[in-house]
Amino acid sequence: MKYLTEYRDPELAAALIKEIHHVTTRAWTLMEICGGQTHSLVKNGILEMLPDKITMVHGPGCPVCVTSISVIDEAVYLAEQPNTILCSFGDMLRVPGSKKNLLEVKAAGADVRILYSPLEAVQIAKENPDNEIVFFAVGFETTAPANALSVIQADKMGVTNYSILASHVLVPPAMEAILSDEENKIDGFLAAGHVCTIMGMEEYYPVAEKYKTPIVITGFEPVDLLQGILMTVQQLEKGEYKVENQYTRYVQRAGNKMAIDTIQAVFAISDRTWRGIGPIPDSGYEVNERYKNFNARLKFKLDLPPAEENKECISGDIMKGLKKPKQCPHFGTKCKPEHPLGAPMVSSEGSCAAYYHYSNTDNSFA
Amino acid sequence: MCLAIPGKIISITNQLDETFRFGKVSFGGITKEINLCMVPEAKPDDYVLVHVGVAISIVDEEEAKKVFSYLKDMGEVEELENSPS
Amino acid sequence: MTEKIKMTLQCPMPKFDFDVITLGHGSGGLLTHRLLQSGVFNILKNDLLDQQHDGASFPLNGNIAFSTDSYVVSPIFFPGGNIGDLAINGTVNDLAMCGAEAKYLSLAFIIEEGLTMEDFWKVLVSIKEAAVKSGIQIVTGDTKVVEKGKGDQIFINTSGIGVIHPNAAIHHKRIEADDVIIVSGNIATHGIAIMSLRKGLEFETNIETDSTNLNHTIIDLIKQFGNDIKFLRDPTRGGLASVLNEMAELTKLGFYIEQQSIPIDEQVDGACEMLGLDPLYVANEGLFMAIVKKEIAAEFLAALKNTEDGKNAAIIGNVTTTDPGKVILKSRIGGKRLVNYLTGEQLPRIC
Repeated sequence: MKYLTEYRDPELAAALIKEIHHVTTRAWTLMEICGGQTHSLVKNGILEMLPDKITMVHGPGCPVCVTSISVIDEAVYLAEQPNTILCSFGDMLRVPGSKKNLLEVKAAGADVRILYSPLEAVQIAKENPDNEIVFFAVGFETTAPANALSVIQADKMGVTNYSILASHVLVPPAMEAILSDEENKIDGFLAAGHVCTIMGMEEYYPVAEKYKTPIVITGFEPVDLLQGILMTVQQLEKGEYKVENQYTRYVQRAGNKMAIDTIQAVFAISDRTWRGIGPIPDSGYEVNERYKNFNARLKFKLDLPPAEENKECISGDIMKGLKKPKQCPHFGTKCKPEHPLGAPMVSSEGSCAAYYHYSNTDNSFA
Repeated sequence: MCLAIPGKIISITNQLDETFRFGKVSFGGITKEINLCMVPEAKPDDYVLVHVGVAISIVDEEEAKKVFSYLKDMGEVEELENSPS
Repeated sequence: MTEKIKMTLQCPMPKFDFDVITLGHGSGGLLTHRLLQSGVFNILKNDLLDQQHDGASFPLNGNIAFSTDSYVVSPIFFPGGNIGDLAINGTVNDLAMCGAEAKYLSLAFIIEEGLTMEDFWKVLVSIKEAAVKSGIQIVTGDTKVVEKGKGDQIFINTSGIGVIHPNAAIHHKRIEADDVIIVSGNIATHGIAIMSLRKGLEFETNIETDSTNLNHTIIDLIKQFGNDIKFLRDPTRGGLASVLNEMAELTKLGFYIEQQSIPIDEQVDGACEMLGLDPLYVANEGLFMAIVKKEIAAEFLAALKNTEDGKNAAIIGNVTTTDPGKVILKSRIGGKRLVNYLTGEQLPRIC
């Protein structure tokens, strides 16, 4: 496939790996923000090909993992309402709530549908005027334009039986939360390429400056990731802390203006609780006043009791890069994909699931 | 997060207003109706980056090639930096 | 959605005095009799079935293989096939994986009230075609009808009996280090063909199911290579990864595969990329994995590639003593990773 396969070229990957080995003289800890990047690093076996001096820590860039348990409970509640169809992306269905997950609710007879796109949920609403359709709108900034567009389209088409349960999270506040933590060990970041395709690069300059940390906006294919790692290490070796763009085929400094406008038309910045990390102010999106009729929380008058996270799950430390999944006492025993204690074991992007699925317990292969 | 892949626009199929602009996009031969309103300049034969049914960027073909000459360019830059002026 | 029914048999639908199947058709009375006579027995005629006994009786010499499977696929019609031919090919293939030439099948229907006669007839025609192509006879069966809402249009069970070829010696205990792993064609085709129709995920494609009977191809290979074929398995639900994991667990050997070598159709690959699915876990139908002795691997591959069923066959890896009990994949760029069991159903992702 064009613009995909060529970034998996083994020779170019080997050359980049060689160069990374060549330039790395000291120990560096890098964090890739995005769950999709974690997935790609582990799936392609890149981690073990990097020099031992480089430690990759997997960041909280997995909206599935950071969606708080209370929000899952809200989705479960809505799915169980009569005449309600809850539509969702596939990855959300197995995330554990306080008592149930959406897959269990579906098995018990609720109308829960997996969709590829939120725009399809609006179609379903149009075709089922006697039902209420709710779309479980999760994601980082990348997914926000599509979720916002679904609301705009519904509004224009006069579809009133549609609403979204918004659980959007934003990258820069998460980076700040990580960098401002006293125990932070991260030397450099691979920023999320697709988030930046939407939002551009501007938000990252103050962060790089404030914390003197290089930030390289990086793609997802093996060649992208290796180049991003190389660019970050090169900066670190020289003592630089700039914002650089590896993913230039899609990311422009100003981002995608239409997409940003679409987000701002429908969403307002709000506080958000990140599963495993806790509340971070101004770190999420909620449906704004103008489109309040499409806000499922208001429409259904949601007022569920706050839920407690499983105390045994150390997802916060993992997502902040303070611990690796294998350092969790329950990893692979009490906590496995088939019975996860917390979110990073559920989504295949979650650090714990990625490690569980893709690597040996001691990360060594013959 | 953000699984997004490039696809080729085969045709623009619908254009009620800017919110409803759709195109038939091919991913290795399979096709799907994708919303193109975030990429208003996109036209047939362009490659677009698609996430959850919405195109979010048009591939910059020139920039796309640069990854492949990165090491070579880097090598040339180093030579310039190291060579006596 | 178009469903391609290969109407190579001249099988016009007979005139029924009912358009849909009702509870009455499963009650054992006159309606049942009419359904069976004008429908099932009419099209599936053979000497054994025509006796219409409670069970079929026949002589059989040799080591017998016996297999059963139930088919609940939804939708029941999909690109390139339907639940009917799936039900025949699936059990014929399971017997082939045991090294047996399938001979006789049983056929049981559980029909949801309201299934149209037209749809039922199409399924029957496909069953007949698949039976003829694979050379089996359906010799006994059963038909039940359940209330609306208690089924999903139609469920089918087939059980099959075959005679194991005298040259066959297929057992996981025979697998050894250095044996070569071969797949007979492109992976993930069937699962993606079904996915293309799934509401909410659908896309346009001309991918069709790879469902077909593999028995003739396999018996020919067994005749030629005998006990140099250590093991055969068709990776249906759970895909290639699941079969490899089962083998690794049973044999306590390591199974090493190379991503670059695994054949996959370009459109199937595109669909997997779009939906975020790993093709290693997607279902296949008319595909098998063979584990063969290293010395004959090249010849086996050539023979397989010379068949219609195996034209895209490839060597994808080998069995090792290192990493016992594990399946290791070498990625396109040369890194290694574990291929684990699938946990639950693979779901499309945004992440």
